[in-house]
Amino acid sequence: MEHLLEMRNLSIDLFRGKKQPPVKLVEGIDLNIRKKQTFGVVGESGCGKSITCSTLMGLLSFPLSVGKGSSIRFQRADGSETELTAISKAEMRKIRGKEISMIFQEPMTALDPMYTIETQIEETLRFHTDMNRAQMHAAALEMLQKVKIPRAAEVLKDYPHHLSGGMLQRVMIAIALINNPRLLIADEPTTALDVTIQAQILDLMNDLRESYDTSVIMITHDLGVIAETCEEVAVFYAGQVIEQAPVEVIFHEAAHPYTSGLLKSVMSLGGEQKELYAIRGTVPTAGNFSPGCRFADRCEYCEERCRAQVPPLVEIAPGHLCRCLLHPARKEGTV
Amino acid sequence: MSNVLLDVQGLKTYFPIKGGVVRKTVGYVHAVEDVSFTIGEQETFALVGESGCGKSTTGRSILRLIEPTDGRVCFDGQDLRALDKEALRKKRRDMQLIFQDPYSSLNPRMTMRKLLEEPLNTHFSLNQKERKERVNWIADAVGFSRDQLDRYPHQFSGGQRQRISIARALITNPRFVVADEPVSALDVSIQAQVLNLLMKLQQELKLSYLFISHDLNVVRHISTRVAVMYLGRIVEMGDTEEIYCHPMHPYTLALLSAIPRRDPLDQKTRVHLEGDVPSPSNPPKGCAFHDRCTRCKAICSETVPTPRRMPDGRLVACHLYDE
Amino acid sequence: MKSFLETLRKLWADPMGKIGMIGVFLLIAMAIFAPMLAPYPYDQIGMRFQPPSGEHIFGTDEFGRDIFSRVLYGARVSIQVGVIAVGIGAVCGYLLGLVAGYFEGVVDRVIMCVMDVLFAFPSILLAIFISAVLGKGIGPTMVAIGIVNIPVFCRTVRAAVISAKGLEYVQNAKSVGVKTWPILVHHISPNVVAPFTVQVTLALSGAILTEATLSFLGMGIQPPSPSWGSMLSEARSDMTRAPWMALFPLLFIVVTILVFNILGDSLRDVLDPKLKV
Repeated sequence: MEHLLEMRNLSIDLFRGKKQPPVKLVEGIDLNIRKKQTFGVVGESGCGKSITCSTLMGLLSFPLSVGKGSSIRFQRADGSETELTAISKAEMRKIRGKEISMIFQEPMTALDPMYTIETQIEETLRFHTDMNRAQMHAAALEMLQKVKIPRAAEVLKDYPHHLSGGMLQRVMIAIALINNPRLLIADEPTTALDVTIQAQILDLMNDLRESYDTSVIMITHDLGVIAETCEEVAVFYAGQVIEQAPVEVIFHEAAHPYTSGLLKSVMSLGGEQKELYAIRGTVPTAGNFSPGCRFADRCEYCEERCRAQVPPLVEIAPGHLCRCLLHPARKEGTV
Repeated sequence: MSNVLLDVQGLKTYFPIKGGVVRKTVGYVHAVEDVSFTIGEQETFALVGESGCGKSTTGRSILRLIEPTDGRVCFDGQDLRALDKEALRKKRRDMQLIFQDPYSSLNPRMTMRKLLEEPLNTHFSLNQKERKERVNWIADAVGFSRDQLDRYPHQFSGGQRQRISIARALITNPRFVVADEPVSALDVSIQAQVLNLLMKLQQELKLSYLFISHDLNVVRHISTRVAVMYLGRIVEMGDTEEIYCHPMHPYTLALLSAIPRRDPLDQKTRVHLEGDVPSPSNPPKGCAFHDRCTRCKAICSETVPTPRRMPDGRLVACHLYDE
Repeated sequence: MKSFLETLRKLWADPMGKIGMIGVFLLIAMAIFAPMLAPYPYDQIGMRFQPPSGEHIFGTDEFGRDIFSRVLYGARVSIQVGVIAVGIGAVCGYLLGLVAGYFEGVVDRVIMCVMDVLFAFPSILLAIFISAVLGKGIGPTMVAIGIVNIPVFCRTVRAAVISAKGLEYVQNAKSVGVKTWPILVHHISPNVVAPFTVQVTLALSGAILTEATLSFLGMGIQPPSPSWGSMLSEARSDMTRAPWMALFPLLFIVVTILVFNILGDSLRDVLDPKLKV
């Protein structure tokens, strides 16, 4: 397998009772994550970006389940391949925290207020390694220093409420990286933080990338975070990937009307013109997607066929995928 | 700048910290410390800063939703702090607040029509026809159709709810609106819609805004003047474009350079800011920013810098610019 | 009134609500029409300790009185005492809790201090004391149980008010300039309904039990008037010989509390605006 992770035709069902068919929250997701790559997943609330990635950790629970025909192949540390949608819970536990780990949006609630930072860091070591007490302490201390926490030895003895949000997010990163995972999923890691703290955390993550072999999936709604950290980006809209490309292509040659609209409205912020560019309409919710192109109702280029026909995700340039029926026509017509 | 509508001088808001069995006051959180600024008619003045800097408390203290500890708040020549409860309540017709979270700030048991009628019934005695006209007028202004009026808030999306909040705040025809992070809870594609709406309504209804936000890009777009707050104090205040192009206070500089790039190819140098914002219950001696400042001098840990007027008219509270 | 009928309509649409409504309706009908439904007068003496049979479907007690007839008449007393006593407690407790929770400060402290004192007495003892002062019989019993119930309601309502006061839309109403009273009625009260209805259903069962205890101690309902509680108490000494004496009043107490609880649960769902379409 050439990639670290290959996701094929992933769909996630929401169970609504025996009489009704399940709602598909996400559909037809194909993603490849290379080794040592930082892969951005961007989209608005409810677009399915977070649940897609929690599937990798085996964190879906009733009423959510992985749909039929989905496949997620993951290359393990020993070189073997594992189908993540088919493995047992016990096997998943071995992968979780060791080979795939995750950091969350709210570091304040992701840590247990009843235990010290040291206990919570060592918990992951205890389960996945056979270190003794002294070794674990040394490893925890070293890890805190790597995430640039001042007074690391004292912080180990602190409880979560002693630390600020930025410090806690560093602790979360330390916990996630201590077993040197092959894949790190960062779910909106800086959304709850202030802008100066966000800059610190993003810099830290960029620095750590140099010293670890970890691939990172960066889930965010903030295009600025994507620009700061990612190499390749998938744009989610209404449970589908609508565009995927290397980061500079997304920012400079966005092909899908949604992506370019989003960029246009963000870029015009603070600019000269007082009227901001705005995408009209509202974000559709799962179960209410329009039958053809899911963006059709909000798209300023929408044509008759967009509402009737489901656009496929096609490669419009090497490494650049786009889900829009109008793509070539739009290029000639407007750009 | 045209006529001054709101004049805030030396505003202070402290919250007592209670401790022990008898709930004795053991100290104070200095949430807002000596804040002064003015807002002109039809102007948008922004307060920007990180969480805990006291920007929201300042907004609510001005409206006396939180009682300020000290200072003077003059609205249209009238001292708001001198008003009794009933007079203040009547005054609220002219000054309204838009909340951050459109999910929790609307009563889920009331339809949009009821939500819009409530402020009307509070401040005006209208007959049914007049009331209906007024509700229809504001619903049009914020872009709702008549048949949506009888729906409940949970039947609307986040952006639509925020438009209901705006309509509710503007239906009494106020002159001054405090917008407390009005777009922070919204999706990126919806933020632009709401900001456009706020700017359009400002033109049409001749409003003055106090715009509170942590989003530096949004502030730059919407405001003409801005004040940067740090730990309860204004550290720099002046024309928005001037400050964004040439920040003078070291904190403003660090804050602006922390804005994520908008282009992956852009090579931006960043001013690194170490450490965290100190606790407002125990602020550092001297300049509140000195222990994180890269250009800290001996005097900075001794005395609090007083705001000084710079040649371009802005105010900066920093010892670097002492004569 | 319109919203009340609307609520009833929605309750009827919910299967559990339907069961609750039918149950409560039957209980009330039973109480009202007891004289017509009962095959014997409640105090007619006959063969003692008869097990259930065609003649006495629930059997007879130690004086040979028909238990079925006594249960029917008992429904009158139990429901009357339950509803009125809980009504007194709920109305007083609601108002006090609303005021204490909303205004805080001195008012709150005074009210809560009185409530704490009331709460600190064992409730039975307090009820005995009150009925000793007011005299015997059904009226004083209801007042006594009502007063005992005030602190619980007051605390429940106060807690709900305090948490509702922190809600953003209450702050919003204040910032718009809405007067205190409309804020209490339109924005805060609806949040109190859910914990309040649950408390009402719990208090109903508590009231029926307190009434039983009082009657047993001779302070409440005077024999030969039957109430489920006093029947249960009387059955205690003959539990092994005539278990039906305890079984049927008990069954009715359980069913009554169950239907009130079902109704309460369903009511809470119906009043939840997020489920409105």
